Amino acid sequence: MATDLTKLVEATQLRDDIPEFEPGDTVNVHVRVVEGEKERIQQFQGVVIARKGAGSRETFTVRKISNGVGVERVFPVYSPKLAKIDVVRRGDVRRAKLYYLRDRRGKAARIREKRQDNR
Amino acid sequence: MATGLLGKKLGMTSIFDEAGDQYPCTVVEVQPNVVTQIRTQDKDGYSAVQVAVGDKKVKRTTKALLGHFEAAGTTPKALVREFDLGDAGKDVGDSFSVTDVFEEGEVIDVAGTSKGKGFQGVVKRHGFAGVGGQTHGQHNRERAPGSVGASSTPSRVFKGMRMGGRTGGRRVTIKNLTIIRILEEQNVVLVGGAIPGAINSMVELLKRK
Repeated sequence: MATDLTKLVEATQLRDDIPEFEPGDTVNVHVRVVEGEKERIQQFQGVVIARKGAGSRETFTVRKISNGVGVERVFPVYSPKLAKIDVVRRGDVRRAKLYYLRDRRGKAARIREKRQDNR
Repeated sequence: MATGLLGKKLGMTSIFDEAGDQYPCTVVEVQPNVVTQIRTQDKDGYSAVQVAVGDKKVKRTTKALLGHFEAAGTTPKALVREFDLGDAGKDVGDSFSVTDVFEEGEVIDVAGTSKGKGFQGVVKRHGFAGVGGQTHGQHNRERAPGSVGASSTPSRVFKGMRMGGRTGGRRVTIKNLTIIRILEEQNVVLVGGAIPGAINSMVELLKRK
């Protein structure tokens, strides 16, 4: 009963235009950025290293290497600020949280692409 | 006397506003509050409306309360409180819904019984910092209360000295919470931030003076 109503509240927050993606996938996130009056789209492309939470509170973490520095951004999956999420590449990984990538550089941080015929 | 309504805490979630920012909120179920008695200046020396909410088994209700609820023409209720709800033209047996009293965007206080935490030390209970560290040969002082007073004068500990003891499980009021949204059909109110009490515990939503 109690959880039903909480879920119902969360259901009003969900969006159905979010593509399926998993940890290991490379995604291009289009973020709406409001600067004063103007709104523009900022892109952030990287590897999804985690998905956390459930319902409208679910978030995902995207990691990329920018100018030799690792950058991670956490986005709420159902945030209205996300204009679009493009899945660039499906990765073949064996765990749900890819935090080990933080300790790796260059070649060691590669992720194999998922084979199409296996899907 | 405060103006308000009774509700049940259902749990927490988060909600996005128009700008796309995410805010934490608590889901409170406010079933229609049934009027069980009306206090008047002439009869009782003050005016108020007594409301009740939540279901209670007949078996677990005292005979006295059973009679009281029967007189109001309602089923036994779990919680009864008096509020200053004005002269809204409601009679015994009528009920107040959320929208009768509150509106979206309104700033309110929420009171409830906080979660019981049992016997706790001074660090958790009163926010003491503890006495010492872990090194330099110290031991078992990290969460200690320190001195509780002087020596032969006064040779006693002053009353009210903050010490360990039963923590939580008392009435707590959180002020200045915003009503983010009211879902009228579901009798649900979304209150910004956290409110006292465990899930399924009863809370009072109070209008600000």
